[in-house]
Amino acid sequence: MLLSIKNLHASINGKEILKGIDLDVNQGEVHAIMGPNGTGKSTLASVIAGREVFDVTSGEVIYKGRNLLKLAVEERAREGIFLGFQYPVEIPGVSITNFMRTAVNEVRKFKGLDPLGGGAFLKLMEEKKKLVELTSNLANRSVNEGFSGGEKKKNEIFQMAMLEPTLAILDETDSGLDIDALRVVANGVNKLRTKDNAFMVITHYQRLLDYIIPDFVHVLFEGKIVKSGSKELALELEEKGYDWIRKEQRDNGIAG
Amino acid sequence: MRYRMQDTGYGMRDTGCRMTAQVKMHESRSAGMSILVWNGIGIRFFPTFVSDPRIEKICVTKQVLEYLNDLSLQGQLVIMESDPDNIINEVTQSDYKYGFVTEIETEYAPIGLSEDTVRYISLKKNEPEFMLEYRLKAFRHWLTMKVPEWAHLDIPPIDFQDIYFYAAPKKKKQYESLDQVDPELLATFDKLGISLEEQKKLAGVAVDAVIDSVSVKTTFSETLSKYGIIFCSMSEAIQNHPDLVKQYLGSVVPYTDNYYASLNSAVFSDGSFCYIPKGVRCPVELSTYFRINAANTGQFERTLIVADEGAYVSYMEGCTAPQRDENQLHAAVVEIVAMKDASVKYSTVQNWYPGDKSGKGGIYNFVTKRGICKGSNSKISWTQVETGSAITWKYPSCILLGDNSVGEFYSVAVTNNHQQADTGTKMLHLGKNTKSTIISKGISAGKSNNSYRGLVRISRNAANSRNYSQCDSLLLGSACGAHTWPYIQVENKSSIVEHEATTSKISEDQLFYCQQRGMDAESAIGLIVNGYAKEVLKQLPMEFAVEAQKLLSISLEGSVG
Ligand SMILES: Nc1ncnc2c1ncn2[C@@H]1O[C@H](COP(=O)(O)OP(=O)(O)OP(=O)(O)O)[C@@H](O)[C@H]1O
Ligand SMILES: [Mg+2]
Repeated sequence: MLLSIKNLHASINGKEILKGIDLDVNQGEVHAIMGPNGTGKSTLASVIAGREVFDVTSGEVIYKGRNLLKLAVEERAREGIFLGFQYPVEIPGVSITNFMRTAVNEVRKFKGLDPLGGGAFLKLMEEKKKLVELTSNLANRSVNEGFSGGEKKKNEIFQMAMLEPTLAILDETDSGLDIDALRVVANGVNKLRTKDNAFMVITHYQRLLDYIIPDFVHVLFEGKIVKSGSKELALELEEKGYDWIRKEQRDNGIAG
Repeated sequence: MRYRMQDTGYGMRDTGCRMTAQVKMHESRSAGMSILVWNGIGIRFFPTFVSDPRIEKICVTKQVLEYLNDLSLQGQLVIMESDPDNIINEVTQSDYKYGFVTEIETEYAPIGLSEDTVRYISLKKNEPEFMLEYRLKAFRHWLTMKVPEWAHLDIPPIDFQDIYFYAAPKKKKQYESLDQVDPELLATFDKLGISLEEQKKLAGVAVDAVIDSVSVKTTFSETLSKYGIIFCSMSEAIQNHPDLVKQYLGSVVPYTDNYYASLNSAVFSDGSFCYIPKGVRCPVELSTYFRINAANTGQFERTLIVADEGAYVSYMEGCTAPQRDENQLHAAVVEIVAMKDASVKYSTVQNWYPGDKSGKGGIYNFVTKRGICKGSNSKISWTQVETGSAITWKYPSCILLGDNSVGEFYSVAVTNNHQQADTGTKMLHLGKNTKSTIISKGISAGKSNNSYRGLVRISRNAANSRNYSQCDSLLLGSACGAHTWPYIQVENKSSIVEHEATTSKISEDQLFYCQQRGMDAESAIGLIVNGYAKEVLKQLPMEFAVEAQKLLSISLEGSVG
């Protein structure tokens, strides 16, 4: 198993956000995570990536057979965890080329590989840019600075392609994309899919799942995964909204 | 192609001549001629800048070796294979890398400062009478002055009687076999992992084994002399071009200017001199590397650059010093004169030893740098990357006398641990339609203090003049300080002065973003800081820009967590 989350609780400033998450992800799988606003989807992604502002109060996360919670953010990244940000951050004055070169070479160093030289790196970049249909001028600009919402998301996918992660968590990479961009992003993901890696796709819309076919769909509600199913679950949610889940939860609550 | 000097404990090691992909794209770029100022003594040499990418070794000219032989520094130039793309590796090495001391027999002036010291220096340098007089006038004036205290700095008192004001390597015979070489020198070679065969070469036993490239040297000498360019050490200039020296020395920074400038005028040991004649665009970058080696010595260099009408020159300066527990004083003076239509670009990467993490040791860098745009349409541009020194006190300035003249100041000053910097510029607008730009980026970390102090004065006659100033401070951590002291005086109504200032921190979001991509906190900060300073770094000549970027990252190591 690639990732195994058991009874994970996490809080920020004493406020509990994740209230006992259980989730198993195998290599080769795509998991879609859905759920109403503010229920903890991004929090889950951040905790897996190791963001320090969140306190893990109990539970465990095993990744590649190791206790993930013990690793620093960058160690998790080098071990193949990639987070496509819901709100990518601007880094003024740092070109995407320079940013990615630093990142790629850090990961290579970790793997005991020699750093990529200028020429080899540029070649790799061209290749990956093509893969995700990124227009070339974007790469010369500062990271995310002045990018449109859609450009930022495409840039995340480009970075994912460059880093070839084992576990990619895409946090609402589809929001803010026009129809064409959505197709491009989804194609990018599909091209990168192999039997050895896995994806967690956080989304609000069934639409994306028409392109990226998930093996499982989970509903995160108030800090817990309350329902898991096949891709049909997403269709059901699309049709009926979350009210029935709320109702079910209330009923369960009374029942329990 | 990039070139830099690194001290290995045995003088200068060249780690340059990297044939990286980037280099290859710039093959045609010619590099320059260089002067090495070793403990204040100038050595002229020609770092080879072979533009043939197949040549992977740096070559040293015969002339360089002769110079080094003369000074018994021979063989201390280590020739390294090029090591492309190793930049990341080096960035992650921490600690000051230039902290070695070279054990060379040195001849000192008697310790302390008196008229006799001044006479000793002048005599040792075999100077003409006018220089001795100049020095004495300066010394006598200095005696009447007080240590300036207005800067936002905490400077412990300096005991001038406990400093050697002159230290020169003793001349020594060349070795005939390795047995004659100082065993300590060989031990250090071992430490550095240099093979026995190479040790022989390095110790100067078989000098001729070093690849020589006389042709490179002659290309440069020929190029320079063909254009009538003079580029030599200040001592040589005093001997060979006394009229030029007499005419310009002290014309921009008079010996009465300030405490440290007066001191420098009295005791300066060497430095570099550069004259670009009328209408000449200097075809290569000129550079000087400053190095303090001996203990307890002050370093007082003097640099004078004169660009005659319509001339252009780009000049670079780099500095390193060994790691010592006591503080050392460095009080240099740089003067630039730009005549009508002339343009001078002066770039500095200052990496004097900053002291250790607890604030012990380090260089006091008290420097006066000033240029005058004498003629109309002239331009002086200062770019500085200040990462070193325990205390930095310097304000590269422009006197914009000629109409339409332009002054620029681009600065990145990084302070970490207990470093203090009070740096900035003065733009004095005297001519009409004069323009100045100030871009200052201060980065403070640790317990350091970083101040920008800038004066923009637009005089009554400087009609239609403009200044744009932007002073940004970046704070890493909460124990450091950043201060901005802009002084603005505008004496006419047709001029416009704009001043922008910001203070920011590296956000947790930015750090997390970088770390999520696999960078550790230090390289993430290095990257973010380099982005922050980009506006200034892009002003540097390419060879220097790479160096500067690495330095920024290295200087901030240990600033997180
Ligand atoms: N840094 C923070 N400080 C305080 N509260 C936070 C912080 N980050 C998240 N929260 C809170 O945690 C809860 C879960 O937020 P999270 O971003 O995980 O939701 P989400 O499921 O991703 O929502 P959305 O669909 O809107 O993206 C919210 O109530 C949010 O306000
Ligand atoms: Mg979210």
